[in-house]
Amino acid sequence: MTEGGSAGGRFALYDLFAAYGALIDAAEFDAWLALFAATCSYHILPRENYERGLPAGLVYCDSRAMLEDRIRALREANKYNIHNDRHLIGLPRLIGEEDDANLVEAPFAVYQTDQEGETRLFATGLYRDRIVVEAGGFKFRDKLVLLDTFAVPSLLATPL
Amino acid sequence: MLNAGIWPTLDYSRVPYRLYHDPEAYQREQERIFRGPTWNFLGLEAEVPNPGDFRTTYVGDTAIIVNRDANGTIHALVNRCAHRGAMVRREMSGNASEHTCIYHQWCYGQDGRLNSIPFRRGIRGKGGLDPSFDMAAHGLRKLRVASINGALFGALAADVEPLEDYLGAPVLAQLRRLFERPVTILGYNRQRIRANWKLYAENTRDNYHASLLHEFLVTFGLDRSTQVGGVKMDARHRHNITWAEAESDTAELAQEAYGTARVRSNYLSLKEPELVRFRRERADPLNIAITSVFPSAVFVQISNSLAARQIRPRGVDEVEIFQTMLGYADDPLDLTLHRLRQANLVGPAGLVSMEDGEAIEIAHRASRPDGDSTTVIELGGAGVISDRDYRVTDVPLRGFWSYYAELLGIEPAGAVR
Repeated sequence: MTEGGSAGGRFALYDLFAAYGALIDAAEFDAWLALFAATCSYHILPRENYERGLPAGLVYCDSRAMLEDRIRALREANKYNIHNDRHLIGLPRLIGEEDDANLVEAPFAVYQTDQEGETRLFATGLYRDRIVVEAGGFKFRDKLVLLDTFAVPSLLATPL
Repeated sequence: MLNAGIWPTLDYSRVPYRLYHDPEAYQREQERIFRGPTWNFLGLEAEVPNPGDFRTTYVGDTAIIVNRDANGTIHALVNRCAHRGAMVRREMSGNASEHTCIYHQWCYGQDGRLNSIPFRRGIRGKGGLDPSFDMAAHGLRKLRVASINGALFGALAADVEPLEDYLGAPVLAQLRRLFERPVTILGYNRQRIRANWKLYAENTRDNYHASLLHEFLVTFGLDRSTQVGGVKMDARHRHNITWAEAESDTAELAQEAYGTARVRSNYLSLKEPELVRFRRERADPLNIAITSVFPSAVFVQISNSLAARQIRPRGVDEVEIFQTMLGYADDPLDLTLHRLRQANLVGPAGLVSMEDGEAIEIAHRASRPDGDSTTVIELGGAGVISDRDYRVTDVPLRGFWSYYAELLGIEPAGAVR
């Protein structure tokens, strides 16, 4: 059962994406990690690599363990520009089904605001996800962040 | 005025902040460094494997086409039409037997020769170019090109010394080590940092900052300044190799050293330890080898993550870092996967490199208002510029500035080299 196609399923997908952006922006990363399935992957891939079939990503987490390590490093080791994120995520589009997963795409923009209150567009791109039902709700199993803005402004620390 | 009087000391232990912000310095750098007698990393032969393959790149501000002709020879050309100065080849890569400017369709061969001009004789005998117009004198300007095991370098000035002499024996050995087998491209990443390009060039020569700024290195036990390591330069001290040997210290030594320095070193464990596990690939024990080639190339080995970087100035206040992630063509699948995982360590989102973007931006920002004030470069001692077999040093920065001053024509009398 994928359940993404029913009316209730659509609303649940919208809720999932709304929570995804809001939890990053609020820096609630434990709750954000809980949106991913027990077995999951998370990749941020520059569009120029994707179009050439090149595999290297800016962030390459092919297991939940690696994704959790990323968040731990962000909290305990990495230093980065002091900023707030704002995710604007477009309506998710159900593309199809693959085995037990919904194939879903959604466009996004992320703005960053620094301590002086200056906001700049940080990134635009497309989420291309496999979403499964687990423990009674939708979870991201594979999240691919296709990054249009592959000339990364300054640096990329917080997840997109 | 930019002249030899700007240096407060003769050993480059004091660098005026104005050099990061001065448009006059930027213009002179373009003229005397990037268009001067230096070799600049262009890319890899592996990126243009077949006849007709091209890719576009930059040397300083100058747009460049690198392409392979039907005989397999690689040419590098200034990507600027002889007619009105337009960029001839706009795509980042592709395959083509000729390069035609879209503006007026002047058409150039793979060797830069001007092949044809539309309406050269006009229409019905009217217009066009004078018959005396010399096609041969209006090709795309050619660079000198040389390769170290497939790593391509180009020079815009005719009077540059041979590449192998320019690099010197230690750097040449490092490049031959990195490119010992045919490489494969795993991907690219790019970063736009709001800082002068020289702050980035200094940063890759600064061994001192590594385990202090990049806490991940120490926190997760990947690299510590207590390891056996140091800095090694060419005879002119313009290039530098920052190196360290794997598993060459003890946890006790590191705890003691970093404890005294009040640096956190609690050796957190990762859920996926492969991220920092070093798979030894060669006879030598190096797990850190960062080779900076003056002015704008960096070749990087951090554990099993391999990369080649171009530093592309984008005006006095911005720099693009263009990084090519590498593996070897004969890597088994599991090693490719290992490199892709360890690619998390480097680049704009790198667990041990993201901080560089922030560090050089804050250096650029705060240094702006006080042009006559200077940095302090004395770790590892002032005075003579020489190799060090320890890591708490920034001596190679002084080597960079020494050669910089020479090329810009602002070297003070009696300065160290």
